[in-house]
Parts: sequence; C-alpha cells; structure tokens
Amino acid sequence: METLTEHSHSGAQPRTRPDLFGFLARFAPLIFLIVLMGGFAIFEPRFLTPLNLFNILRQVSIYGLLAVGMTFVILTAGIDLSIGSLVAFAGLVAAAVSKGGLSNRFNVGAGEEAASYGWYLAALAAIGVGVAGGFLQGFAITRLKVPPFVVTLGGMSAWRGAALLFAAGGPISGFEPNFVWIGQGRIFDQVPVPVVIFLAFAVLAHVILRYTRYGRQIYAVGGNPEAARLSGLNVRAVTTSVYVIMGFFAGLGAFVLDARLNSAEAVAGTGYELTVIASVVIGGTSLFGGLGTIFGTVIGTILIGVLLNGLVLMNVSSYVQQIIIGIIIVLAVAFDTFAKSRRRLG
Amino acid sequence: MEPLLRMSMIRKKFPGVLALDDAGLEVLPGEIHALLGENGAGKSTLIKILAGAQQPDSGTIELGGENVVMVSPHDAQRRGIATIYQEFTLAPNMTIAENVFIGREPGGGVFVDWREMAAETHAITKRLGLELQPMSVVRGLSVAEQQMVEIARALSMKSRLIVMDEPTSALSSAEVDKLFRIARELKAQGLSIIFVTHRLEEVMQICDRYTVLRDGRLVGSGSIADITIDGIIRLMVGREVKALFAHHQREIANDVVLRVEGLNRQGNARDQSATVLADVSFEVRRGEILGVAGLVGAGRTEMARAVFGADEFDSGRVIMDGRQLHIRSPKDAIRHGIGLVPEDRKQQALFLALAVRINLSMASHRRILRWGLFIDEKAERAMVEEYRQKLNIRMASQEQLIANLSGGNQQKVTLARWLALRPKVLIVDEPTRGIDIGAKVEVHNLLFEMAQSGIAIIAISSELPEVLAVSDRIVTMREGRVTGQIKREEATEEILMSMMTLTARKTERNHGNID
Repeated sequence: METLTEHSHSGAQPRTRPDLFGFLARFAPLIFLIVLMGGFAIFEPRFLTPLNLFNILRQVSIYGLLAVGMTFVILTAGIDLSIGSLVAFAGLVAAAVSKGGLSNRFNVGAGEEAASYGWYLAALAAIGVGVAGGFLQGFAITRLKVPPFVVTLGGMSAWRGAALLFAAGGPISGFEPNFVWIGQGRIFDQVPVPVVIFLAFAVLAHVILRYTRYGRQIYAVGGNPEAARLSGLNVRAVTTSVYVIMGFFAGLGAFVLDARLNSAEAVAGTGYELTVIASVVIGGTSLFGGLGTIFGTVIGTILIGVLLNGLVLMNVSSYVQQIIIGIIIVLAVAFDTFAKSRRRLG
Repeated sequence: MEPLLRMSMIRKKFPGVLALDDAGLEVLPGEIHALLGENGAGKSTLIKILAGAQQPDSGTIELGGENVVMVSPHDAQRRGIATIYQEFTLAPNMTIAENVFIGREPGGGVFVDWREMAAETHAITKRLGLELQPMSVVRGLSVAEQQMVEIARALSMKSRLIVMDEPTSALSSAEVDKLFRIARELKAQGLSIIFVTHRLEEVMQICDRYTVLRDGRLVGSGSIADITIDGIIRLMVGREVKALFAHHQREIANDVVLRVEGLNRQGNARDQSATVLADVSFEVRRGEILGVAGLVGAGRTEMARAVFGADEFDSGRVIMDGRQLHIRSPKDAIRHGIGLVPEDRKQQALFLALAVRINLSMASHRRILRWGLFIDEKAERAMVEEYRQKLNIRMASQEQLIANLSGGNQQKVTLARWLALRPKVLIVDEPTRGIDIGAKVEVHNLLFEMAQSGIAIIAISSELPEVLAVSDRIVTMREGRVTGQIKREEATEEILMSMMTLTARKTERNHGNID
C-alpha cells in the first residue's frame, strides 16, 4: 500500500495516489467555466467575440480586486461583509481629494489645474482609507475578540453611514483625464486598464500566498490557529493583517471604480460583498479556512462575470440573475462541506 | 452460544486507501469484547460501519441471528447499538437529563415532561451506581462524568451492545476502576460491550474475549484467558517485539539548562479559584530526560504550557542557562530554544489540510528563508528529506497530506518540526498517545537520541511504563504541586503511583517523600 518514492529528493513533486474526486474538487471551477462558456457560445454567437470577452474581464476587474483581498480573509476562516460600504466611502474620499475639495463636486473642469498629481493623490487617499478601515476592523476582531462576521456587519453599516455623511447627499463627478483613463482607457487600444490592474495584483497576491513565509502563515492560521500559535506564529498579527490587505484592495477597487464611472457616490458598491464572497467560494476557497488559491479566485470571478454576461445576452432579467447567484453560493458551500467530510475520512 | 453480533467479510475502500479487507467481528451476548489493532488497522472504520455512520462496500452484518443493513446512525441505535466515541457528542449547555433523552424527550409531542425525564434519568444513573443530578448542566462535569452520561444515554435507548472507543484514555486510574465496575455491572445485566483500546493491561483485566485486526484484516480472535499480552502484541504487529520499553543508561553532565522556580497559577476556564499550579519548581540538565508523572488533572500539561508561554501564569521564574527569561508567548519560548510537542496532535500540532513538507517546516521558516521573505523550497525539501531519513518517517511523498499519515508518522513529523529548530529544551506531552506499539518504541529511541545530542527533554506521560522507560529522573505532580522527585533506578510503578497520590493520602505522610 505504501509507495515510497525517491523522486522527492530530486525536486520533482510526485502527486499522491490518483484520486478522481480530489482532481474534480481541484479543477471543478475551471471545468465549470469552460462548460459554461461553451454553452453560451452555442446559444449566443456574440458571446465569444474578443470585444465581449474583454468586456467581461473589464466588468469583473473590480470584483476581482476585491475577491483577491477576500481570499486572504477567507483563508483565515474570516469574512468581510463591509467591503461594499468601504468601497463607497474610500471612493468618495478619493474623489474629493482629486477635485481639491467638496465645494466643486460637479465642476467638470475642477481639478484640471491639479491634473499632474490629482489621480495618484486620489489613489493614495482611497487606499489609505481602505487600509485604515481594514486595520480598525482587524483590531476589533483580534483585540476585542468580536467575531469577524459581527465586526464587518457593523462595518457594513458604519462605512455606508460615513459615505452618506461625507457625500452629503450628492455624487462627486467629472475627474481629470488621467484619472478617468485608469478606469476607461485601454492599453494598446485593446486591453482595458482595470483588467491589467486586476491581473497584476492577482499575480502579486499569488506570489505572496504561494512563495512567502507570510503566505504560509496565513494558511497555517486558517487551518489550525492553535497549532499555529504553538508553532510560534503571531496569530493575532496575521489575522489583523488580512483585514488590512482586504482594506487595501477595497481602497484600490474604489479608486478604479471612481475612474471607470468618472463619478463617486454614497450608494456605490452596494451588494458587492455577496458577489465577491461568491467568487472566492466558487473558486474553491474553503469558508472553514486554510484551503484555497488565488488562481481559484480568479477563475471564480471570471465565472461569475461570464454567467452574468451570458444571462444578459440571453435577456434574463437582473432579478433572476440575483436568484441564480444566491443559489450558486449555497451550492458552492455545500460542495465545500462535502469535500471537507471526504478529506476527514481519507 | 449464538453470537449477538457477527460481522464478516467486511470490505471498505476510501479514495486511495483500502481501510478494511475481509475484516470480521463476533460478539457474544453478555460479554466484554476487546477490539484491538495498531493504528490504521481498521478499528475505527469497523466501528463506524457498526454504528451505521459508514456503509461497507461488501460483507454481512448479523444482529441476533438476522441479516441487517444499517443505513444511518439512527438506524443502528434503533437496533440497539450505541457507540460512545472518544469525542463525546453531548450538548454542553443542556442538562444531563436532556442529553440522555435528546431527540426522544418524553411528553407526547409538543411539551417535554421534565419530571418524567428527570425521574427516568435518575433511575438510570442509579442503576449505574452514580451520583449525578439529572438537572445539572453537562458543561460543569468532568470527562469521566460526561462519559457516564453517554453510557446513561445508551442505556435509556435500551441498547443491547455498547461500543466504547478508547474509553479510558482520558480517565484517572480511580475513574478507570469505576468505569470497569459499571462495565461489569452492565455485563451482568446481559449487555455486550466492545472496548476499543490501546491499553493491553486493561484488556487483560476487564475483557472476556478479543478480536485483533491488522491492515484491515481479521488476524485473530479468542478468549482472553487463553492469551498473554505478548501474544496479543504479536498478533497486532505481526512480529516479535523484544525489549519493548527498554531503558538505556546514560551519563548526564551536571549543567542545568532550564530551571523553573515557584510557578503559580490560579484559576482556569471553569473555575476562577481553582489552583492550577502551586509553587512548581524543578530543573532539567543538558542531555537529560526528565519524566513528569501524575494523574490526569495533576497540572502537568498546564506546567508545560506555562513554561512554553502558551498559557499565562501569575508568578514564578523560568531561568535558562542562568538567565531569567521573559516568555509571554510560544514565539518567545521558541526564540529562546524551547519547543513543545503538545498532547493533542490533531487539535494542537497538525495542519491536517496541508502537506507533510509544510507541516514539518512550520516552526523553522527562518532556516529556509531567502531574502528574508520567501521560502526557499529547494532548501525546504532538502531539510524535510533529512528529517524523513533521520526519523524514518514513512510517507508517499513530501506533498502527501499529513492527515493521510498514520498516528506514529504524524507524531514523528511533529517531533521533526521541533528538531529542525535545534532546540535546547524540548517538552513532549504524551509523546506516544494514540500511536501503535512499533511507533512507540521508535519515538522512545528518538527521545534517547535527542537527549544524547544534548537536548534537555521534559517528558510528560500518563503511562507509567513509558515514564520509567524514557526518564533519567522523574518528578511527580498532584493537584498542581510537585509532590516529589526520584531517580529512575530507584523508581517503580508502585512508588510513582504513591508519589502521585501523596496529598490524597495525608495519613501516609512519610511514604515516598523524596526530595
């Protein structure tokens, strides 16, 4: 029964016993994505055009950025429900910064004189707000020992309130062209800038999780926090840090969203948390923590984008789309629970 | 006599593992039956099939002479089979009576008839000779008492067969005696009991017949009266085990590596005023193995966790190489060269969803860092391979999930995790709990080698033969206090036992007090 291999010494990674279920669990999102795309391609010829595919990627890129951050959180068996609200708040702050204050919020020309630095100050502001917000929530979770669900549910309400307060009822719109280019521009006239930002940060996150010591610690803390602590890991710091990272991506997402809409408003990002959590879970990251990859999250994000895009092309109403997303979340978690019980037996 | 239960030709395959292959089990009415085997022999799987929690791929189960198929745990319970797992299934915030009658509350439909439930529970606990208040909440009960509640639940279900998985592993010896008394009582009332255990002495003491599994197969069964412990071990491992738990005499230098002075801690999660540690002092030398003996609840694990920084303590000093340490977390302890192999492998040491490689290197990332940030996987693989060879860890590859290793190999990986850190002091808490006999001997030899290389080892064990085998010196604890210390050459199981129970027997104050 025991197969002792010596390959391990040469650096090759022999897989353990072939296991159909394990294989399916690993590649299920990718297989599902391919099947789905094939299906839509048959029923709707417009689906498989490069223009439409880039459109899908552009549409999911902000969800994708948030989902990358959410992967860190869910890997530690946490959750962040506040991101939609945080995106709105960070987006408004960034917009105000780029316009040089709230007084000229509708002034389309305003900020032109500050064009040379407006957009990156805006980026810094958005990310600053996101990181600070994430840190506050992480602090409440690790120091006050309030469960992540509760802290971020509170955050969901509090950041939305802050956004409404800050916006004082109206949107802020009309940014300088460099800022808008980040949301609406295309590199080589082909690839939308948000897509490039999304994929670049996905790669960075993948490298962090897969190759760094810090990445290892995240999996360890998520898989067994007590064992992680007894192995000398600073569980509190790691746990806090994932909410900071989530905040960073919320800020970045807010910045790109501002640029894409050329506007910021207090109701932006409503319901994002659901789509983002769905993307991560569909991508195979376990809500129980300690299991999941950025690759899976990227696939999960695209999968949701393809699904929504395909449904739109097939004239399915947005209400029905919400129903479908809801069902998919439940099924993905059911699959995860089932996979977990299988792992225990093995 | 017609057997109550006959399982035969049971086969069960999991992905990649053949857990049972032609396994069988026959239990007579009114007997206590031992189900034995090394870890991975298939005992747990066989029990789960019997409990209806898993379905066999093939094979037959006869209960009272008729063929049965148990489709669910509920179905098995309905047929009179109750299973008490190591991890209890009680609802901690509910009363004893509610737990006993959970899902079958008396009272005809909507409302629960509390009076009847309490009376019934009282009748059952009385039948067991227990003093338990039916209306007290389970959370406050000791492990032994919770086990009794499980047994009471089994009786209330009119069970014919009670399966107990490692029932004595968390009990003190007085509690074990009590459990055995109850087991004999149930036997006299005509019930059958299956004991799954690693403790062969207890098997000889309480069981009537035995069944031994090895590699998922039935390899022997018969009457306990016709076999010796050695005979059972031979069946279990399929070879002669000679010099089991042999001791190796060593020379130990006189330099004290770690000195613990006056450790105190008041209050635990359950009771704010409980004395957890009271003035605990001891020292351990370079290359020495200090055994720590005591009954369950004596404060041994609490002492280890306090020294390691895993739990806080109120006062006391930890001094290494003459310098007082300020340890506030395991991270601090590790930095000073102290390691801890915790008592509960699965809960406290292993990352079950991760590969062997990642589990092994978890505490020693410093050794394999590149640019202070990245894990150098090539160096990591080389390090893991080094310890695989050194500790003879049997695994399919470094990428295998640790969950799929046997208990013994999991424990070796845990030991390797600390060895990779090159510690000065290593505390091992129940180093061989739940691992099979062959692996136990290997772990003991590893402890000897580690001591030989200069590591000071503190070995906590509930098994006195193990304490006697591995230690150079032994301290005993009772109710949070150190009650004595003794050189191994002067110690016997009887002397240790009396030292461990010293404060309980105040009348024998002059007995066994060595310091």
